[in-house]
This record gives sequence, structure tokens and C-alpha cells, in this order.
Amino acid sequence: MNPFQFTRVTTPKAAISAITKERGTYFLAGGTNLIDLMKREVIIPERLVDINKLPLATIEKTATGLRIGATAKNSTVADNELVKKHFPLLSQALNAGASAQLRNMATVGGNMMQRTRCPYFYDTSMPCNKRSPVQAGVDKGQANGPSGCGAIGGHNRMHAIFGASGKCIAVHPSDMCIALVALDATVNVSGPKGDRTIPFIDFHRLPGDLPQKDNTLQPGELIMWVDLPTNRFADNSHYLKVRDRASYAFALVSVGVGLDIKRNTIQDVRLAMGGVAHKPWRLTAAEEFLKGKPATEANFKQAAALAMQGAKGYGENDFKLTLAPNTIVNALKTATKTA
Amino acid sequence: MDQHEQLGDELGSSDSSRRTFLKRSSALAALALTPPVAKAAVDQGLHEKVATAFEQMPLQVNINGTMRQLSIEPRVTLLDLLREQLHLTGTKKGCDHGQCGACTVHVDGTRVNACLTLAMTTEGATVTTIEGLTNGDPATAQLHPMQEAFIKHDGFQCGYCTPGQIMSAVACIREGHANSPDEVREYMSGNICRCGAYANIVDAIMDVKKGGARV
Repeated sequence: MNPFQFTRVTTPKAAISAITKERGTYFLAGGTNLIDLMKREVIIPERLVDINKLPLATIEKTATGLRIGATAKNSTVADNELVKKHFPLLSQALNAGASAQLRNMATVGGNMMQRTRCPYFYDTSMPCNKRSPVQAGVDKGQANGPSGCGAIGGHNRMHAIFGASGKCIAVHPSDMCIALVALDATVNVSGPKGDRTIPFIDFHRLPGDLPQKDNTLQPGELIMWVDLPTNRFADNSHYLKVRDRASYAFALVSVGVGLDIKRNTIQDVRLAMGGVAHKPWRLTAAEEFLKGKPATEANFKQAAALAMQGAKGYGENDFKLTLAPNTIVNALKTATKTA
Repeated sequence: MDQHEQLGDELGSSDSSRRTFLKRSSALAALALTPPVAKAAVDQGLHEKVATAFEQMPLQVNINGTMRQLSIEPRVTLLDLLREQLHLTGTKKGCDHGQCGACTVHVDGTRVNACLTLAMTTEGATVTTIEGLTNGDPATAQLHPMQEAFIKHDGFQCGYCTPGQIMSAVACIREGHANSPDEVREYMSGNICRCGAYANIVDAIMDVKKGGARV
């Protein structure tokens, strides 16, 4: 690992000031992704600002729902009684990710900031526009290895079927974020220009011409907490993750679903999919179709077909075009207990 | 600028990593904060010493019941600190990328991958390794119930993943995630065993859990 300077901060203000001061400065939370990327020289920070001692690890009730601090550990959130009772989808999604050890280290904010697991991004001898953007001088830490996209026309079994660009077809790797998008979460960030609230669906972005940008954070901004609004989905929630192993593997396709059902009629529904796009993929067309309809397999299949409009395979990942709608239907059946 | 070049010269062009570090870390700013010992070292052209003075940071951490006052480079992982500096080689380096679990230790009572933990982030924490799982002198102390169970159930073959498996298994029970073989399999998925002793590992954990021994 390359040498770097190390600063420990105890207040958000000090953290923002430290990251604004010097180029090539990164926040360090759980480190489960960043330290790995540093060992592989995908990211070469000049300085790390350790934010683990910030007072942002709390989970508390608010007037409108639940507030989860950015440095709360994934395992703490997954095992929290309020989360399990009111937002079981989030608990399930968290427990579907990584391993027990990694969940003990990883934080909510860090989970949101984790980079794609595209093998071309990780291998500095391979072309990657996300790691080595064509635009010079965007970030010294990213200028490692050749530009281009190895996955387009290469090995792309894990890659996107929605919203990809000619520059990047990588997918966002998080399970937690799929649940947070489905649950209409919002993110509070603080930065040199003040505080702001970002709808979770707008936190991550599609690659477009700037695949090096995973999200819409502005320079110097620190994730403070995530707010979850109360909902009526707790009794009919399910996170279904399809992967190559029974545990401890990234999703090929995952679906997070929450429904409010009365007398077998879907009053309201949230659907989001993982492993299919550069950001958590919300299935709004399917949601709209299902509202007011009975919870039947025929309706689920029609909703899944609507959700798949615009999907595109890149060769090795063509199987996702079948796997994804099947996963949507199965997740809906499990959540509505009609399986 | 002159000062920067001068410092670069003093450090010599042969040691490129040190030079790169100083360049990266803004040598001018660093010089202003240089401790007297490092300044004296520069004056005497003692390259390694000045580099060391720049790079080392203090760390206080309790490891297996002993409070340690250490001086380490920020890039040192907890795994490398344990193995290379403190010679606690019970914790194994498998993949070094958080994928195999051989490096599993407890930090403040929770299991983590030591390979992805920067040692600097354990400031003020309590670290327990396989060597510290039982109290007292490792030579005379009794084995932990989980260690006994791994022997009884033949929960290993080559043994390389075993310290990580055992640290993870103890945490698995303490967390309350060992209520069925299925749950154990799920919550032990972060520990890979290339010999494939999984069935026996699950038996060992379930035996300890059912036996009700204090872990």
C-alpha cells in the first residue's frame, strides 16, 4: 500500500474542513472497500481522514420515521429492533450483503460510497473509464491504468442491463441501497456550502459520460445520516437476492419489495432492483401498474414485464433479461405470501 | 521551493518511496512541524531516521489484555501489526482482501477482518486474537471450549483457516447467530476453508452452543 497521511477527526466540521483542504483526501469509515482499493492501487489517497469517531453512529426515532447515522455499522442497523420491526426490508437487505465480519466494520455511509466490483475497475492493467477517466486531472487518485471499457465486448456476466452508457456498464454493488431506494429514504449531507437533503434515488447516478462519478455528492460533502419515512410495508416486505453462492456473494439480480395490502388489494407498493444498473433501480412503472390491483401471479408477471422495458443485455449477462423478471415475480409472491 | 529541493536532495534519489511520500505530503508544511529529532536527523543526513520520524504515528491499543504503546506507519493494517510487529502469528494472512476470513480477530468484542482494518483505527480499542482467547499463559492455559470442540469434531485439516474460524465461531455464538445449522452456515460464510471442513466446523459450533459453555 502506498504511504499516506492520516488524520483523526471528532466533529463533522473538522472532517469537512480536512477533506476540503487538500486534494486526494478521502474519508475513512469502515474501510472494507477503500483499504482493498488502496491495496490494489485503484485509489491512491494522499491523506485519509478517519471519521469513525464522529458522533454519527446512532439510530433514533424521529417525528416522521427513523434516522440512521452515517457511521452506524451495517450489523448494528440490521440487528436494531426498530429497524427489524418497522423496516424489515432494510434488515434483510443488510444481512444479504457481505459477511458477518464485514458487516461489523462497514458503515451506512460507507456502504453508499462503495465502488463497483467490476473486475476491469479493479485490475489496473485493464481499461476502465471509471478508474481512469478520459478527462485529464479529474482526480490524481483515479488516473491508474488505461481508459476505455473492458466489459463492453468483454466478460460482463455481472454487468448492467439498464441505464448503461458507451463508457461504462458497471453495476452498483450494494444491497442496503436497494432497500433504501425502495423505502423512499432521504440522505442528509453537510459540506463547505452548507447542509442539504438528497432523495436516496438521486444520490447515485447513471454513468453517462462521467462514469468516474458514482454519486451526486459535491466536493467536501460528508454523509450525515439517512432518514426513513414511516410506511405500511412492514408486514409484506421481502428482499430476494440471486447470487452464485448461497451466501457472501454479490447479487446477479436482487429485488426489494414492500407492499401495503388490504383485502388482497395492493394499496401501495415499492419495488427496487439491484445488480442491474449503475444505481439502485426503482421500478416505478411496475409500482404504478400494481396499485389498486389484486395480488395475483398474473398481475406480478405483467408488472415484471413493464419493469423490463428498455432492458439490454451485453452478451454474457443476457441471462439477466430472464432472471430479473422472474426474481421480481418471486419477490412479490413471497412478500404477499402467495408463493 | 529551494527548501523542498534541498530536502529532496538530502533524502537521496535512491529511496524513491520515501521521496514520493515527502513530495506527496507537502514537504514544506511538514518541515514546519518537524519534531526536533527529525530536524537533527536531516541536518546529519540520516535519511531513514527522518523518514521514520515523518511516517510513524503513536497508537495505544489493548491487545490480549496488554496495553501497548506503539509507533506505526498509518498504512499498517491490524493484521500486519499483529504478525510483523508484535509477532502474534496465530492470526493468519490468507487473501489479504477481506474475502477469506483467516485474519478474523475481535475488536471491542466484535469480529472483524484484520486485513482491512487500519491499525490506526484501533486507537483506544481492545483487540483479542486467537492467542488471547483464553486468559493466562498460552503454554499452560486450558483451551477455549470452541478450540476443544474443533479438535473433538475434526473441524480442520491443514489448519490455516482455523484461528479465523474459531474467532468467528465464538463471535457467532456471542452474537446470538448460532441457533441452527443453517444460521451458523449463513453467519460463518465469511470464513473460507479450502480443505472443506465445513460440516465438522458447523458440528463443532452447534456442540458448543448446545453444551451451553460460556464462550
